[in-house]
Amino acid sequence: MAVSLRESVQRVSDPRNLDASVEEVFRLMLGIECRGDAGPAAREQESVTAVVGFGGVLSGACVFRSGAKAALRIAAQMTGMEFAGIDDTVKDGIGEICNMLAGAWKGKVPELAANCGLSVPAVITGRDYNLHVQAPEFQVHRVYRFGEEAFEVTIVCDGLQ
Amino acid sequence: MSEIRTLIVDDSSVMRKIVERALRQAGLDLAAVHEAGSGSEGLELLKAESVDLILSDINMPAMDGLEFLRQIRAQNLAPGVPVVMITTESSEEHVRQAIQAGAQGYIRKPFTAEQVKERVLPLVHAA
Repeated sequence: MAVSLRESVQRVSDPRNLDASVEEVFRLMLGIECRGDAGPAAREQESVTAVVGFGGVLSGACVFRSGAKAALRIAAQMTGMEFAGIDDTVKDGIGEICNMLAGAWKGKVPELAANCGLSVPAVITGRDYNLHVQAPEFQVHRVYRFGEEAFEVTIVCDGLQ
Repeated sequence: MSEIRTLIVDDSSVMRKIVERALRQAGLDLAAVHEAGSGSEGLELLKAESVDLILSDINMPAMDGLEFLRQIRAQNLAPGVPVVMITTESSEEHVRQAIQAGAQGYIRKPFTAEQVKERVLPLVHAA
């Protein structure tokens, strides 16, 4: 029988799934407690964005975005190394965080876990850029903080079977 | 078994280091840690090196972890060596595919050192 998520949009787009995924990934892999924040994340000029695509019953992407300082702290926590700037190791680490967030998020809904694949992460760095998705089916956007740092995670769905 | 030679296959160098650290935290005495960034690189390494344990990601470009596993078995590389998949994919179907391809263990990312210990140590001791 073909799997359909059309009737379950509310369940799939429940922001608590994303909160639980972020909490799980950061606690287990980084030993960091994150808290959700209703306010906007202050945008640094230099930022890191990682994107992992979804394909299958849901198409779209998981997008992680942070300023350089938060990215360096996350990479340091993952590797036990200190970084002076955003190098390939930092980008690799942020890509993996996004990959784990995407995997944990889709794992919260059994139909997605089994019928939705993940792409390998793509990481974008730079200044003054925005990502725009035209008319998504739904979008879940959340800001999280740890210590002084903040990051944003967005689930964008542009197709649901 | 006291000293373990291991192969870690993951396209992320950061994840390879995290897996190595988790193995050490699990109490494994690692005599050698070979790293590969793809399944095809892993196959080449197995032709040149002997290992006691293989840990592999599934979702990788070039050659994914399941194809890597099938090729290990098809080419009779590392016979009897336990293979543990470490991946973000967590559905029953993915676990079934991995076991069918010849994996002995499955660890979902994110993971703790304790989970690595629980899943890997019995396989190493049994090998």
